[in-house]
Amino acid sequence: MNEPLIYDMSVAGRTSALLPALDVPETPLPKDLLRDTLDLPEVSELQVMRHFVRLSHLNHSIDTGFYPLGSCTMKYNPKINEDTARLPGFAQLHPRTDDEGAQGALALMHQLQTWLAEISGFQAVSLAPAAGAQGEFAGILMIRKYHQDRGDTKRTKILVPNSAHGTNPATVSMAGFEAVELPSDNNGDVDLAALRAACDDTIAGMMITVPSTLGLFEGHILDVIKAVHACGGLMYMDGANMNALMGAVKPGELGFDVMHYNLHKTFSTPHGGGGPGSGPVGVNDKLKPFLPGPVVEIVDEGSDEEPPLYGMKMPEKSIGRLKAFYGNFGMHVRAYTYIGIHGDSGIKDITRHAVLNANYIRVKLRDTYKVPYDRICAHEFVLEGHFEGVENVHALDISKRLMDYGIHPPTNYFPLIVPEALMIEPTETEDKATIDEFIDVMKKIATEAQTDPDLLRTAPHTAPVKRLDEVRAAKQLVLCCRPVPEWAAGD
Amino acid sequence: MSYIPHTDAERQQMLAAVGVTTIEDLFEAVPASHRFPKLDLPAPMSEMEIMAELQSMAEANEHAGDFALFRGAGAYHHFIPAAVNHILLRSEFYTAYTPYQPEVSQGTLQAIFEYQSMMATLTGMDAANASHYDGATSLAEAVTVAMDVGRGKRRKVILSPAINPQYREVVRTYHQGTSTKFVGDNGQAGINDLVDMLDDDTAMLAVAYPNFFGQIDDLKGLAEEVHSAGAILVIVANPMALALFKSPGELGADIVVGEGQPLGIPLSYGGPYLGFFCTKMKHVRRIAGRIVGETVDEDGKRAFVMTLRPREQDIRREKASSNICTNQGLMALSACVYLSLMGKNGLKQAATLNYHKAHYAADQIDMLDGYTVDRSKPFFNEFQVKCPQPVTEINEQLIQKGIIGGYDLGQDYPHLQNTMLIAVTETNNREEIDSLVAELKEIAS
Repeated sequence: MNEPLIYDMSVAGRTSALLPALDVPETPLPKDLLRDTLDLPEVSELQVMRHFVRLSHLNHSIDTGFYPLGSCTMKYNPKINEDTARLPGFAQLHPRTDDEGAQGALALMHQLQTWLAEISGFQAVSLAPAAGAQGEFAGILMIRKYHQDRGDTKRTKILVPNSAHGTNPATVSMAGFEAVELPSDNNGDVDLAALRAACDDTIAGMMITVPSTLGLFEGHILDVIKAVHACGGLMYMDGANMNALMGAVKPGELGFDVMHYNLHKTFSTPHGGGGPGSGPVGVNDKLKPFLPGPVVEIVDEGSDEEPPLYGMKMPEKSIGRLKAFYGNFGMHVRAYTYIGIHGDSGIKDITRHAVLNANYIRVKLRDTYKVPYDRICAHEFVLEGHFEGVENVHALDISKRLMDYGIHPPTNYFPLIVPEALMIEPTETEDKATIDEFIDVMKKIATEAQTDPDLLRTAPHTAPVKRLDEVRAAKQLVLCCRPVPEWAAGD
Repeated sequence: MSYIPHTDAERQQMLAAVGVTTIEDLFEAVPASHRFPKLDLPAPMSEMEIMAELQSMAEANEHAGDFALFRGAGAYHHFIPAAVNHILLRSEFYTAYTPYQPEVSQGTLQAIFEYQSMMATLTGMDAANASHYDGATSLAEAVTVAMDVGRGKRRKVILSPAINPQYREVVRTYHQGTSTKFVGDNGQAGINDLVDMLDDDTAMLAVAYPNFFGQIDDLKGLAEEVHSAGAILVIVANPMALALFKSPGELGADIVVGEGQPLGIPLSYGGPYLGFFCTKMKHVRRIAGRIVGETVDEDGKRAFVMTLRPREQDIRREKASSNICTNQGLMALSACVYLSLMGKNGLKQAATLNYHKAHYAADQIDMLDGYTVDRSKPFFNEFQVKCPQPVTEINEQLIQKGIIGGYDLGQDYPHLQNTMLIAVTETNNREEIDSLVAELKEIAS
């Protein structure tokens, strides 16, 4: 049975008694400016609770089952994070509070900036970007402004490998650059010869994901960085896969000029059903003046008795503001909690176990599925979701069949350079028994593909709904369940 | 402490399966010169220790739990029903990701569809997306749509100076790599002055409703002027005010954007918030961000799915109009639950309380010697007061009395020195308002 829409439970005249009575004299309302109707549901608190709790049951989530969604780092979201972010001193702090009255929040942000810089080897960090995509945008705008500031205006192109996340080329266009796609070589690395041929004085920089979206550590990353720097370009690292790097290597030390972090991937802030994220950017000294702002700085060092005084500052040549206020502060509190709990040894352990889990699955599945780049991988790997001799069974069918076993599908059909790609990222927080069960299920599905392929083609069988008519959704375009207002009709 | 479940024995079994001896062996692809750097981080902490540390940091802040708050300027302290947080803490919602796999994401998808429906009706439009990062970035994305509607030939965007100054900064940040020209907001232009700037190069005109000063501008006839110039009208709205005042759709807006924070989202020092984005159906294929639509499954059962996906970056790559992928999903859920709980009557009641309390405060302050309230236009829950002293000095004294005073408008508007923007919501009781008035009187005497 369908869960009805909240509007379908509405009964005219039902009211809630949530608010206090008016305790001041009334002021007449300006009648000709008022609206006539307000079309919101009229339901009780219990109806609301049951509705949303029932809806929640229709979701797969980390807390209900394994979620090996590649490149998304669906690790456990510690519950203490939710409690710290809800402390009244954080949750009820107004963003226009004077700096003197927000010293606790500023101290937290300053410490987080410092920790993130340390983890990836950068000189400065801005917490301003609201999501990874916004961090990317900030990074490319900084590269743009850096060249402009030096009077170098002929650099109009950014290099992007063909294995890149879609956000990379989209970011390049949004910032007013042209994206130049680079091929990959047989090992899944950037084709060095093609890169060197493309490097000239029109190149503003390059965006690259490390490890790559194939889950591979770029074999000649130092050569790539050297080639781009040699032609005057800057290097942007997409930090989506930072969970593979902590304590293993610092991108800043490799020579990257700028990268973004995904606090909602690497640092366990919840994905929230699609946001909010948080995408701080780290830079070296070259790009520091261009950081998006404001950033938190120490205004007065303080003394043995007095703590330092923190303040918000706009960097000297900042690319500007990316959103109102200071980034997604609630996510900063969660990431701070997470780094604080793990400390030096825990942060290293995260990466080591994320990489161990991925490699374990890879070797256990390599005889059943084709692993196109079969070498020691980072925190994730890609296999091909199809079988020789079995027609019309695709990565999508395997994905849907996994749902019947209570497992969320891996990322499918990405990266684009692998046919029928299934990108598997277990993360470090999954125990061996869960991983072994996943491996068994994947093998069982491979057998089913041979013996009863329709079982896959018609999956899922046990999910709340079967496969959807996506064409109908786009064609009929029902985006709202309420009647179209008269003034909007006819357009 | 950590959340890694592996025992030594399991680790050894797994390493053996992979064919290596130590975990470090898995990192040989990293250049040896840079492998395993020192990490200068503190030692791990227990849950109790980190909680104690963060409690003391949190309590170092002057927050609305301890102070009477009269500051708004883009973020508002409203009552949030207890049930909102209980739903947000359902980990089936907050530990899920973007609903790429609709069969196991119907909870998130239906909630977003309901959110879209509520936002569309509240703004008087016929479609909404699943959200942007905040009000400012929603406005920046509206500019991109306007450029597309103007087919790249119209390059001018007229912004009212009474739009939140931070929004206007963000719009410029977003479009610094393009040839879009922003005009209109460097002085004190009123609505009529903005209309005079319309020409055949204008792609859009944007105004705020209520504006940054809390005022409700008379927008009658504005849409006709903008449309006859061939441009689109974008209205930046406060959703709480829309419970009382005519919807932007009724006023002829083509796109309505704004900050959804007043709808059940805590102040949280500026984020995460909720950028809502509503449009007329004719522009829906041009907008960025996730959109959820209704459809059926193979059995004909109603279901929901992300739709119009080919607009998005993961499919369209460098040809996408925006790089946005995730939105503010959980914040959209917050607004959806909040609007369900408050409902038709509750939201109107909250907005009415805001109106009466703000006007009561304004009346009382206006009677004080040395203070003058701007009454040139109707206002909602925020108003300007010309003060006898610099606003920072007044606020320094108010904070000693447990009151966080209004916003200093002189920071953004040179002609508004000594002018305080005071916000009053349903969370301010009469006693707090009276004490603000008494302290202001004391300071001026």
